[in-house]
Amino acid sequence: MRAWLLTMVALAVPAGAKTIHVGPGGDAQEKLQTALIEAQPGDTVHIAAGRYALADGLSLDVDGVTVKGDGPDKTILDFTAQKVAGEGVLVTSDNVVVRDLAVENAAGNGIKSKGSDGIALVNLRVEWTGGPKSTNGAYGLYPVSSKNVLIDRALVKGASDAGIYVGQSQTIIVRNSRAEMNVAGIEIENSYDADVVNNTATNNAGGILVFDLPDLPQQGGRNVRLANNQVVGNNHVNFAAPGNIVASVPSGTGIMVMANRNVIVTGNHVMANKGAAVMIVAYTQKFTDAAYNPLPRGVSVYGNHFMDNGKAPAFPGGREIAAALGGPLPPVMWDGVTRFAVPGGGEMAADGGISSDAPGVTLNLGVQGTPPTQARPAPLPTSLVVSTRKDIVLPAALEARAR
Amino acid sequence: MRRALAALLLLGAAPAPVVQADLLMTADAPRLADYGLFDASGAPAPGVTPYTLNTPLFSDGSEKARFVWMPAGAKAQYRADGALAFPVGTVLVKKFAFAADQRRPGQNVRQVETRLLIHRPAGWAALSYVEQPGGAVLKRAGAKVPVAFTDAKGRAQAIEYTVPNQNQCKTCHQHGEAITPLGPTAGNLNDGRQLLQWQASGRLAGLPAAGLPRLARWDDTAEPVASRARAYLAVNCGHCHSRGGFASNSGLYLTPDEREPAHLGVNKRPVAAGRGSGGHEFSILPGQPDRSILLHRMLSSEPGVMMPQFGRALIHEEGVALIRQWIASMPAAGPPSAPATAAAR
Repeated sequence: MRAWLLTMVALAVPAGAKTIHVGPGGDAQEKLQTALIEAQPGDTVHIAAGRYALADGLSLDVDGVTVKGDGPDKTILDFTAQKVAGEGVLVTSDNVVVRDLAVENAAGNGIKSKGSDGIALVNLRVEWTGGPKSTNGAYGLYPVSSKNVLIDRALVKGASDAGIYVGQSQTIIVRNSRAEMNVAGIEIENSYDADVVNNTATNNAGGILVFDLPDLPQQGGRNVRLANNQVVGNNHVNFAAPGNIVASVPSGTGIMVMANRNVIVTGNHVMANKGAAVMIVAYTQKFTDAAYNPLPRGVSVYGNHFMDNGKAPAFPGGREIAAALGGPLPPVMWDGVTRFAVPGGGEMAADGGISSDAPGVTLNLGVQGTPPTQARPAPLPTSLVVSTRKDIVLPAALEARAR
Repeated sequence: MRRALAALLLLGAAPAPVVQADLLMTADAPRLADYGLFDASGAPAPGVTPYTLNTPLFSDGSEKARFVWMPAGAKAQYRADGALAFPVGTVLVKKFAFAADQRRPGQNVRQVETRLLIHRPAGWAALSYVEQPGGAVLKRAGAKVPVAFTDAKGRAQAIEYTVPNQNQCKTCHQHGEAITPLGPTAGNLNDGRQLLQWQASGRLAGLPAAGLPRLARWDDTAEPVASRARAYLAVNCGHCHSRGGFASNSGLYLTPDEREPAHLGVNKRPVAAGRGSGGHEFSILPGQPDRSILLHRMLSSEPGVMMPQFGRALIHEEGVALIRQWIASMPAAGPPSAPATAAAR
């Protein structure tokens, strides 16, 4: 009974919830960081319009706090002179909203949450204002090891890895956002139960990626739906530092699915990407993690609008494949990897196929690790597999806080 | 009475401070002096006991003095892994100071900061006090302190020393959701004497008679390079790079007893390193230190690239040399060496 009462008290917004106002001028670092430390659950930290020059990262570790600016073109957290910390803004607490502000020129990542349950990033701009450069920070918006994640109405420009990156998280919605001039526009990695809807990814090297990587605490990425996105002209040169997985994403890629299970690609407008509009592949590198499945499986592509893609594929063998097919690449390209050697012994086959209602090609590579030079391209028979999967639903309280 | 007072004045002895146990448990005092841990000259109060570590965190070459205080009769419980289990009421103190010339340690020393970890009933609290005229004051939002000194190689250095804010304290000291001490593990305290002394003075219980773990001294060239390197990485990186730490999502675990080569970084590809990869493909490429991301990030002092992410402004050249030597000595095919803690005979 007492435990129940305590729970109720903890869940309710405290009666004394207040707004802490911070304005420009003075020692911005100390004022902002002090407000973020002294805020109590239920409080709002309001950062008034202005430019705040910051030499260190800002961080929030109090549950239930909303950090609110006066708009992404008015309240600007300027990290151009950042000397300390791996991100501009770091959130490590639960039920947090960050909204209506901009983060510029963070030395590392723009806004990161680690281990948050209930993180809403709303009406934000994260930008590296010097344009796309390999020296820009890696991720713009970066929830990781988090759950109940909402990204809504964000604009991210210039990230040297992914503009919007959700990693090792679960129950995720990325919507109404725009990613441009990043290496990857939007990336969902090692994550479960995500909807990526009504976004625009344009002029990145790759538009929207769904990846899974080995040797991580959360893997087995699954149940991701990419719906009603504009994926247009993602032909930017790939400016990622070599070594990172996104450095291997060919410029000109619209949507790329790697090593995930149950991925739905539907209702998207995928246009003017010079490489593959939709690329479905296995993880290509050697791995030693016996718990890892490198195969894409249960991927269904249907009801998308494809136009003007595949005219100049930049990936190895792409040109030859296009030539063999007698024109541009068809919208969907699958590497045809259907089985892999399990480290330590044995072989495992894909537990779910690849379907597309649009023309496609399979490279028929067979076993994971086969180089693309051994491709035996063949048309991928079209089939319509419509998903009845329900939308991802976030807790109502989170949606209410984010309105 | 007057004679007694005069004698005191003549001796220049102030009354010994008394540790304010109740205040420590209940409040974040605005001034360090409020807690009575040190007298005005900086000497520890009775019961505030210095201790040393085999391998310390690199903090820009600052001189660090460590103390522990426990309530009367309270004991720490031995644990083989992680920090000893200190009782509620414990205070761990670390004072940071810079010698004007690091070739003459202990001389012309400027105190900069005192960090406290206080074990309260609700858990550990991390507080940082910054030295100011009139005494050290609490700075929950951190601070920047310009510090100039001559380094161990005789070069003039001027750095902006960063006092961590309260959240940054937790970033390193978190294990899961909780704050935890990092330095005083059995292995890092085990210099052959210290644990036995703690046991003899009634401050440590449960010490096994044999098989105590011992973390190597990173700078003891009599020890194997692999043991020294693993100890260095455990102390400088393993607090975040552990399964319960801030960098758990990286899959790179540099804790003392990690045995899985991929999690130690051997032939491990980066996950979220971004430009921190420096264009290299692997955290550690055996035999190739200059193609290893781990070394690349130690060699940087630029945020977004450097590791650790905070706690230093300078590159630790001796640490870099040790890790370089270790990676260079790894056979190209084989897994790395033994874990960092060796059970002492």
